[in-house]
Amino acid sequence: MSNETTIHHETVHTHHEHGHHDHGHHDHAHHEHKQHFFTKYVFSQDHKIISRQFLITGIFWAIVGGLMSVFFRLQLGFPEETFKVLSFFLGDWAPKGKLDPEMYYGLITIHGTVLVFFVLTAGLSGTFSNFLIPLQIGARDMASPFLNMLSYWFFAIAGLVMFCSLFVSTGPASGGWTTYPPLSALKEASMGSGIGMDLWLVSMALFVVSSLLGGLNYIVTILNMRTKGMSMTRMPLTIWAFLFTAVLGVLSFPVLLSAAVLLLFDRHAGTSFYLSEIYVAGKALPNVGGSPILYQHLFWFLGHPEVYIIMLPAMGMASEILSTHSRKPIFGYMAMVLSLIGITVLAFLVWAHHMFVTGMSPFLGGVFVLLTLLIAIPSAVKVFNWLTTIFRGNIRFTVPMLFAIGFVSLFISGGLTGLFLGNSALDIHLHDTYFVIAHFHIVMGISAFFGMFAGVYHWFPKMYGRFMNNTLGYIHFFITFVGSYVIFWPMHYEGVAGMPRRYYDFSSWQSFHQFTELNKMISVAAIIVFFGQLIFVFNYFVSIWKGRKVTTLNPWNANSLEWTTPIHPGHGNWDGPIPEVHRWAYDYKDNGEGGDFVPQHIPLKEGEESH
Amino acid sequence: MSGLLLILLVSLIFVVLYQVSRSSELLVRIKGEEEFDLKRNRLLSYSMLAMLVAMMGGIYACHRYMMPLMGPEAASDHGKTYDFMFVVTLAVTGIVFFITQFLLFWFAFKYQRTGEKIPYNFTHSTKLEMVWTAIPAVTMAVLVAIGLKSWFHMTSAAPKGAMQIEMVGKQFNWISRYPGADGVLGRRNYTLINDNDNLLGLDWNDKKNMDDIIIPNGELRLIKDKPVELIIGSRDVIHDVGLSHFRMKMDAVPGITTRLWFTPTITTKEMIAKTGNPDFVYEVSCDQMCGKGHYSMRAVVIVETQAEHDAWLQSQQSYYQQNHAATNPAAPATTDSVKKITMN
Repeated sequence: MSNETTIHHETVHTHHEHGHHDHGHHDHAHHEHKQHFFTKYVFSQDHKIISRQFLITGIFWAIVGGLMSVFFRLQLGFPEETFKVLSFFLGDWAPKGKLDPEMYYGLITIHGTVLVFFVLTAGLSGTFSNFLIPLQIGARDMASPFLNMLSYWFFAIAGLVMFCSLFVSTGPASGGWTTYPPLSALKEASMGSGIGMDLWLVSMALFVVSSLLGGLNYIVTILNMRTKGMSMTRMPLTIWAFLFTAVLGVLSFPVLLSAAVLLLFDRHAGTSFYLSEIYVAGKALPNVGGSPILYQHLFWFLGHPEVYIIMLPAMGMASEILSTHSRKPIFGYMAMVLSLIGITVLAFLVWAHHMFVTGMSPFLGGVFVLLTLLIAIPSAVKVFNWLTTIFRGNIRFTVPMLFAIGFVSLFISGGLTGLFLGNSALDIHLHDTYFVIAHFHIVMGISAFFGMFAGVYHWFPKMYGRFMNNTLGYIHFFITFVGSYVIFWPMHYEGVAGMPRRYYDFSSWQSFHQFTELNKMISVAAIIVFFGQLIFVFNYFVSIWKGRKVTTLNPWNANSLEWTTPIHPGHGNWDGPIPEVHRWAYDYKDNGEGGDFVPQHIPLKEGEESH
Repeated sequence: MSGLLLILLVSLIFVVLYQVSRSSELLVRIKGEEEFDLKRNRLLSYSMLAMLVAMMGGIYACHRYMMPLMGPEAASDHGKTYDFMFVVTLAVTGIVFFITQFLLFWFAFKYQRTGEKIPYNFTHSTKLEMVWTAIPAVTMAVLVAIGLKSWFHMTSAAPKGAMQIEMVGKQFNWISRYPGADGVLGRRNYTLINDNDNLLGLDWNDKKNMDDIIIPNGELRLIKDKPVELIIGSRDVIHDVGLSHFRMKMDAVPGITTRLWFTPTITTKEMIAKTGNPDFVYEVSCDQMCGKGHYSMRAVVIVETQAEHDAWLQSQQSYYQQNHAATNPAAPATTDSVKKITMN
């Protein structure tokens, strides 16, 4: 299947007469007149536009989710005080500025859901898989641009449904982002388990559709549409990461859908998949024989791979960025690929480590301990390879490089605490305490965010033909890096002391109330970091129109193919034929002319051996 | 008013930031990019060292501040196993943490760009990669071995002669049940639950229920050095019996009976003396999100001597007597949550 035939001819045929342009003055103006605003920017089938749609929608949700964390941190840090800002945003859910517990639980639930799914899945993998797969493997677009467009729009509708759920009279879903039944199944058990929960389930179902459409497209595109010479082992590690991310999503998201469908049945059709022997609101329910633990198995069969769906793209981009800005080949390319494979396989075999204290068979628990701790091995290999990549490099401290270094630091810190939680005998005590909060926020929240920020700063010039402002980028980095540690490091101690997560107020607890001052400090830090993120948002949007213009095709002197496209690539990416690839993506070496890199499309010189 | 000021302040900061960032970009153009880049690169390389130092200093300060606030020593034998394992894991991860963080920031500082340079060609090394795959593998094997040994011990069947107490969760409190003189908990059936006179749905056809004692606030009375097995259930949604001082935890799942056992080793009175805190009390926290009152789902554990326990047991009336003696009509135990829901 040729790449040329898979794209809509209306956008491609105009390119042929232009030939290859080395400088970017040529842009896509020549087909702008053909495309209406709606087909170009709204219902676009161009993977580059779709990726920006994912990113901007992701930014929107990150602000919403972040603001929610500010609200509940106000409650956690200052349980005695009232805040006008709460009643301004939340109305009757915060009467006289005091957050209602129902809404507190609604906020933590939606905060978790939107950050995990809408920001760190759609906003991260959706953005960069879309943007980079065709550009880095040398394809004109995705295998199916139309399904790709649908993928975004299903995501947008999923978001819309979730957003609506914030405004229903009984409040949004409030059973935690895991929404365990029976709490989430019985509207008598909690206000958030009313219509808010239905909307949550519908939104998730739509999101699964979006994720599947996207994921299948990514896999097919990577396997079938690589340009001539782009063998699998010449692909940048970003592409390997996106491939396995998509595989994880395609194999695990359907299980979440089944969990959601069964839960809908339990809620409305009188079935008992998850319900048994329940007495609630003064009456005994007729349901017997179901198991709430079944839901947890189904949920975590997605839920754990989901962690890697979030992490792998960040790992891939960090690899690419560390190598490029260290001016040195990535160390252990094959080991990096093998560890990605190892993580992908193991990701499916560890889900029940979230369920050590559900009363599961101790033998089964033992198996999951073993498999869980195995993941430490490929993860450690990756860290050592990153360290060796920057070893003896020639490091340019660009903003993306700083975020990539921060990513490695956070990944180490958060990954190591996984060794505590993955070991069931320790998890008994640490389960559902602040130790867990600290662990997963650092390892898959903040560090994935760092991978994402690194990616945005690095590929912004390719997305918009302009740079983001460096000074603001550096300020953003230092606030976020220092702030993240200040917020989450002390939480490990709270967790070791047994302080449970998802508590609205600790003041009546003899065992946990000594952390009042600390919680205040954490809340203040969280609020500062939140405003620090607005610097990024500001920088992003201002730079789209006002940023310093990119004047060379390859501003970072990188090797991968996206930097051979015009500064403003049109739909179809390359004006002339797609370049042929002759070498791997990390040929940072003496090019014989005083340069320190040889891009992938440069043919091998006589006598030169390919990597 | 203060809100308005805050908004003004924040917008002001943004304006300042914007101006600073714009002027810095102008500066680049005036000074020439290459020279400016090198200068900035040097400055940022020092920030790598600064971050390393700040991180280590921060960890030390945090540790100094937090340690006095941590809970007392583990109050059960399982807890001692846990504490040992925790220290081993902390040592292993601590060593890895300090080495890798140090290398990360040190390399970043040391290998800063100093101008054009031929890249050092180091793309792989089988020997090195074998070593650093093998070391984590062996370490993991050790951690898994210690972990599984403890895990299988903690989750084994309770020792014979362990005292049995049932702990049942509901929105939003715990209910505990003691087997009474016969030492056996009778059958219960959720359809018989009634908030007025049968909190747990005891089946009165089962004679073993007649002497069972129910404590509606979930108080747990344990005996020092005597193993206790908790039989855990839930009336409505999933709860979790969290016993942080004993380092134990187990979900309470409707429709399923779960169990945990441990041996308390320090009485409440001894712990008060040890901690010097007259208010010290062992607490049961609900550790599984269960609804709006989740954070208030608290019960108290009292660890006492056998003699104290016997005396307490003597003073208790069985739940049957409490509710079926004609002179003693039970007080309706309507909780906040039930009220709220019936109002809706």
